[in-house]
Amino acid sequence: MANEAVFDEMGGVEGDPRQIYADVAQWFRQASPDLIANRKAEAEAFFRRIGITFAVYGDEQGAERIIPFDILPRILSSGEWKRLSEGLEQRVRALNAFIGDVYGAREIVRAGIVPEDLILSNPAFRPEMTRIKPAAGLYTHIAGVDLVRTGPDEFYVLEDNARTPSGVSYMMENREAMLRLFPELFGKLRIKPVDQYPDELLTTLRSVAPSSASREPTVVVMTPGPFNSAYYEHSFLADRMGVELVEGRDLFVRSNVVYMRTTEGPQRVDVIYRRVDDEFLDPLAFRPDSTLGVPGLMSAYKAGNVTISNAVGTGVADDKAVYSYMPEIVKFYTGKDAILANVPTWRCREPDALSHVLANIGDLVVKEVNGSGGYGMLVGPHATKAQRESFAAKVRNNPSNYIAQPTLALSTVPCYVEEGLAPRHVDLRPFVLSGADKVRIVPGGLTRVALKKGSLVVNSSQGGGTKDTWVIEDGAPRASQSQSQKAGA
Amino acid sequence: MLARTADNLYWLSRYVERAESLARILDVALRLATLPSAYAGTSNEWESAIDIAVCRDAFFRHYDVANQANVTQFIIAGPDNPSSIRACIEVARQNARAVRTAITTEMWEILNDAWNEMQRLRFQSFTSKDLTKFLAFVREVSLRFDGAAYRTMLRTDHYWFQRLGMLLERADNTARLLDVKYHVVLPETEPVGGGLDYFQWSALLRAVSALNSFHLIYRGGIKPWLVADFLILKPEQPRSLISSYETLNRVLDLLAERYGRQGPSQRLARQTYSQLQNMDIDTLFQTGLHEFLEQFIADNNRLGLAINDQYLQ
Repeated sequence: MANEAVFDEMGGVEGDPRQIYADVAQWFRQASPDLIANRKAEAEAFFRRIGITFAVYGDEQGAERIIPFDILPRILSSGEWKRLSEGLEQRVRALNAFIGDVYGAREIVRAGIVPEDLILSNPAFRPEMTRIKPAAGLYTHIAGVDLVRTGPDEFYVLEDNARTPSGVSYMMENREAMLRLFPELFGKLRIKPVDQYPDELLTTLRSVAPSSASREPTVVVMTPGPFNSAYYEHSFLADRMGVELVEGRDLFVRSNVVYMRTTEGPQRVDVIYRRVDDEFLDPLAFRPDSTLGVPGLMSAYKAGNVTISNAVGTGVADDKAVYSYMPEIVKFYTGKDAILANVPTWRCREPDALSHVLANIGDLVVKEVNGSGGYGMLVGPHATKAQRESFAAKVRNNPSNYIAQPTLALSTVPCYVEEGLAPRHVDLRPFVLSGADKVRIVPGGLTRVALKKGSLVVNSSQGGGTKDTWVIEDGAPRASQSQSQKAGA
Repeated sequence: MLARTADNLYWLSRYVERAESLARILDVALRLATLPSAYAGTSNEWESAIDIAVCRDAFFRHYDVANQANVTQFIIAGPDNPSSIRACIEVARQNARAVRTAITTEMWEILNDAWNEMQRLRFQSFTSKDLTKFLAFVREVSLRFDGAAYRTMLRTDHYWFQRLGMLLERADNTARLLDVKYHVVLPETEPVGGGLDYFQWSALLRAVSALNSFHLIYRGGIKPWLVADFLILKPEQPRSLISSYETLNRVLDLLAERYGRQGPSQRLARQTYSQLQNMDIDTLFQTGLHEFLEQFIADNNRLGLAINDQYLQ
């Protein structure tokens, strides 16, 4: 892809900034290198002190690492955000309807829109769910939709995460850090807050409690434990919601009701925000060797005595083959065209698409249908000939396991890297909360940055970093001074 | 509150307290072992250190002789010693990490720093000077941790379980220390005109930071039976058995009040406490100090199990 096609959201490192970035660009361009270094060091110290860490699997050295944070914010206007959030709400409503349909009447199959074998052969499909009706007909209460941008008005959905999307703690801690680092900018710009997220999450989770729950349903966060890479986030969310952080061994099931072991004896649990994968949830229903789960949890779920959030089996909706049908899925359930565009996708399971992909593999991004975290993918233009050939062999071997997309010219935002300020590719993961009453989206989301020059992979496990995401009110900046008593009054 | 959280808080402070006790045991052994044998008597200080730290079997699986090098190495960071100082700090930090949000930042930082420091230290090449410095460091970690807990934690059940672990461990340690040394505090061993055991008594007091306070309570010289009285029956002495149980009782009552329910833990603690209250040192010596301490250690363990059954699972 030619370099001049890349859209820089600030308007480049040097040139005239785009209107929405004017104040930020001015601040950063006027700041001395010392001041910048100072603020960077402050940010680093902040993240170290609060101990916000993640673990990288298979990396013994970095048992607890800090995710790189860039101090130049990523900015969206409230107008841009309004359109995005409408699109997100529409898309997640459709996802929920689709999952309900997949485990119900399968009307979308009968209408000939999505092939049935795509559903039934999906490893994330859970037959148990055909006999379970979750509260309010909702499945994915917390969805993360990954967006990329290629121009002023061109946004695409890159991926839906309907299982257990992570990263929201970074969104909140990034804001906390920025509030300390740049009070002058927050004073001047109308930046929409994000710190209401835990309250909105708790409201959402309570709204989908089973009908047998008390008026004040008991919500817990369930974690695989301190050795999980996202443990910090699990404890962060439990702490901010003021609910217990449980492991499987803290819970037990009696007469199809879930209880947690407390110092005051068993206490009933109504909603489990679980950050444990489906197959580890209940050794009686899924993997018998799982020590992370709770024996009997699925029967309590079936009996309607507990809400598991996200529901079991939501993975059928976020695999990359299903993704390619999303425009049709949105249209089918909402009756309207999708507000957010998909990236054009070739499904290698279709022979025509397969031959196109194999012939053009050097120009495409090829992904495993069930891959995540930036693993199991080939970025054609950046790959060596040998890498392309071995990946092509894998695709030929098992075509239905792969999809391919054009390499998009992802937008960039300037970042502080070793050689100074330089453009780096970004994406955006907003978090969409679906409750029985309504859909809630905190303005912005997590902006991830590919810190390696030219890289398109933003995952933290692969050298990615993050930025704070500001949604700024369009229009005049607010008065910068508060009223004060007149002298001599 | 989750039973596991209570369990983590309870063990977290037990292990910090244990690390401190181990450091004190080594401190005392070090002091006594450097005295000419005419002053310190003939007993092997390093063997009693092993006995107080209850790791005799594990120690002699790895070493033939109980001397300074072997014992300090084993107690500080010994192979196959799950209760070494290093292991205690490590387990304490693991527990803290599992309940990161149930403790305060101050408490976490003290433990995390201590753990980082332990990673950095090279125990193999410790000189005697390094050793003294290290033992002071461990005591300081415990003091700071305790101070942070006292000054920063909310007075809810979180705090009470943290206290319970500390108090139970402390009572256990004081009792063991006395039991291993009980022969030197028996009245009949008092040599005419004071003498050899004087250093043993003062070392015992020093082991619980009580040498100066002893003189404040008992005007006059160190008498062995008064040492026992001080460490068992004096409520003013914060490491005495009776003081530990006075506070244990109060904390368990607060829990019972908060949860609206009494249980075996409250009953057992009350029993032991009233026994201590009704005891005087003469009767204690008549029934046998060693027998009394053995019984106390067993009762204290039973209370630990009762707390575990009642609250921690």
